[in-house]
Amino acid sequence: MNQEAQAPRGALEIRKRQIESSLQRRHRTERTFRAVGLAAVIMGLGFVALLFATILAKGLPAFWQATVTTEVFFDPAVIKVEARPVRAADENPQQFRDRELAWLNRLGMVNWNRIIEDTLITHLPDAAEKRPLVRQLVTSGERFKLRDMVAADPGLIGKRAQVELLADANVDVWLKGNIDRSLDDSQQQLRPEVRAWADELKERGVIQNSFNTSFFVNPDSRSSLASAGLGGAFIGTLYMMAIVIFLSVPIGVLSALYLEEFAPRNRFTDLIEVNINNLAAVPSIIFGLLGAAVFINWLHLPLSAPLVGGLVLSLMTLPTVIIATRSALKAIPPSIRQAALGIGASKMQTMFHHVLPLAMPGILTGAIIGVAQAIGETAPLLLIGMSAFVATLPVTPLDQSAALPVQIYLWQGNELRNFFEARTSAAIIVLLALMLSLNALAIWLRKKFERRW
Amino acid sequence: MKLKQCVIGAAVAGMLTGGVSATAFARDNIQIAGSSTVLPFASIVAEEFGNALAQFKTPVVASGGSSGGLRQFCQGVGPNTIDIANSSRPIKSAEVESCAGAGVKNIHEIKIGYDGIVFASRADKGSFALTPKHVFAAAAAEVPQDGKMVKNPYTRWSQIDASLPDQEIVLVIPGSNHGTREVFEEKVTHPGCAEFPEIKALEGDAKKAACNNLRQDGRVIDIAGDYTETLGRLDAQADAVGVFGLSFYDQNRDRLKVATVGGVVPSLATVASGEYPVSRPLYFYVKGEHIGVIPGINEYVEFFLSEAVSGSGSPLEAAGLIPLPDAERAQVLADFAARKVAR
Repeated sequence: MNQEAQAPRGALEIRKRQIESSLQRRHRTERTFRAVGLAAVIMGLGFVALLFATILAKGLPAFWQATVTTEVFFDPAVIKVEARPVRAADENPQQFRDRELAWLNRLGMVNWNRIIEDTLITHLPDAAEKRPLVRQLVTSGERFKLRDMVAADPGLIGKRAQVELLADANVDVWLKGNIDRSLDDSQQQLRPEVRAWADELKERGVIQNSFNTSFFVNPDSRSSLASAGLGGAFIGTLYMMAIVIFLSVPIGVLSALYLEEFAPRNRFTDLIEVNINNLAAVPSIIFGLLGAAVFINWLHLPLSAPLVGGLVLSLMTLPTVIIATRSALKAIPPSIRQAALGIGASKMQTMFHHVLPLAMPGILTGAIIGVAQAIGETAPLLLIGMSAFVATLPVTPLDQSAALPVQIYLWQGNELRNFFEARTSAAIIVLLALMLSLNALAIWLRKKFERRW
Repeated sequence: MKLKQCVIGAAVAGMLTGGVSATAFARDNIQIAGSSTVLPFASIVAEEFGNALAQFKTPVVASGGSSGGLRQFCQGVGPNTIDIANSSRPIKSAEVESCAGAGVKNIHEIKIGYDGIVFASRADKGSFALTPKHVFAAAAAEVPQDGKMVKNPYTRWSQIDASLPDQEIVLVIPGSNHGTREVFEEKVTHPGCAEFPEIKALEGDAKKAACNNLRQDGRVIDIAGDYTETLGRLDAQADAVGVFGLSFYDQNRDRLKVATVGGVVPSLATVASGEYPVSRPLYFYVKGEHIGVIPGINEYVEFFLSEAVSGSGSPLEAAGLIPLPDAERAQVLADFAARKVAR
């Protein structure tokens, strides 16, 4: 009897141990899974942190640039041009325009470099015999800055004015230490005299590392590398964004509304649905090929124009918007529709007065994320000629222009690595800031208008 | 709500028609595309041109490679085709024919100067004094040894010639999409190949193959991108020797050390005199049909070829272009003025 009772107890004991060990095993696997998951997240965050850290470390210094702040004397002995033409009473606009252009061209022929040299020599008396060298301190495009100042105000001739001139790219590289300062002359970009002058002017505060607004407003430049800026690309990107928003959001939202709420369910609409989902997964470069074939070769739209870029990116964004809108519409409970229909609203009224406003936060989020994706896109733009070098700011969406991601690509390939490595990272920072703020806007909109049922 | 939708619809329609009708307007700035070697020079000229002449807009310069540029150039006549194609090689007769087929019959060739191609290694590594023969021996798939062709056995430069540094052979060369590759073969590997009597003795296809086939064991790396990618390779593989444009090397002298070829140090002077063997002329091609239609083409060509822009002491020389001799530049300009057509 006793033995009989012990036997099951023994079995119970075994069973208990079995359960305990299995429990331990299960807890162990869970712990491992958690650890692996956490490690994956930490690794991902680590990579993101590394990416941001390297880009910020490289790019942030480029927002400040060596600038010569000095008083410039607009020497009338060098600037020998007559007064700006004034329109005579009997002159037609064309004649006046010709006369004005001729005057502007004569003004452009003035030896502005001489004025820059004279200005620098006032600070560096020993440089007087080495004029061609002293000019290397200031980037070559700054002569047009002086010209434009005089063109805007011819009264400046014979006067002095405080001017900020960007230092040459190589001077900036030297002063920032982006080139090894201990290298010998044959490996340096600047002559020893120029390096000594740069250091001297920096010490005396004539050259300062000041915040670089020209980086944000200037177009790209190749002849005067220090003046190269993001302005043109930024405007191009804004135009493209505007076109994407104006085209893909209304078209996308209306098609999603139709497909979700009005279209009959049949083979044909199923086919459309499958195709829209597939389109969202099509590589963006295919849209570039399509854009080049349709908009440029067939419709004869201009090359390198933000209009074409915007159209191509709209095509790319449409599926994203449609899918986001449809899921936002699906999330609206049927009771809303039934209530509206129940008190006699038409289907159209139900949609536009009740369902669509309620779905708006979801739609906006989808649209903004679609647009943010589109502005980071490079591949399709290369195929429609938007990788061109454009040295002017675009005025309309039909003017040739660059775009931010393409500008990054162009700077990445520039020969003067010591200068452009930092510029490239700075451009990346601007693009990332734009995208992050768009995403933040999307999150804010969702949080503000979201309704839980 | 309905009204709002209508307004949006109208705006969309307006934009579309606006875009399409824009084609009716003529383009008022020059559009250029082509060789990435010519691109920096053409960009500088375009920028200076727009700054110097107030009546013309700044030309737009796109990349795309010599062949890509000429293909775009030959697409036809009209404001949405390019006006000028930059090229780092002369136009081929097949391209002239395809151009003519699309209505582009007056192609004017403008030679703008020369470009040197250099071998460079990392500044902190050994110095190279190369000859075409060394480069061929390092890069070929098969090299002659003891009278017969064997699979390239060299793994270190010092095995090819005792004078070369004891470094792994890694040669980073431009991919076949670059015009530079052709120059590399024509001016370096082919002459190097011809120096081996064993290969000279070969006939026809076998000889061609011996000279053209490069080793595939990872020691010769093709770069499809630009020189910054080649530079990146040198950062990753310290022993590598890369092929660069002279101007690219010149602007990155702190990181790169240039190799002599046949004992000559590449420089503006030695390329201009022809002493340094690895160089080539650069061109751009003007669409005659667009002169007088797109404003400024004539002036752009004259501006480009002026002494102040592309002569000695000019900004283009500072950017690394080896200028044409004055007489030759005058001849090119005269040929353009006479509207001489390339064929």
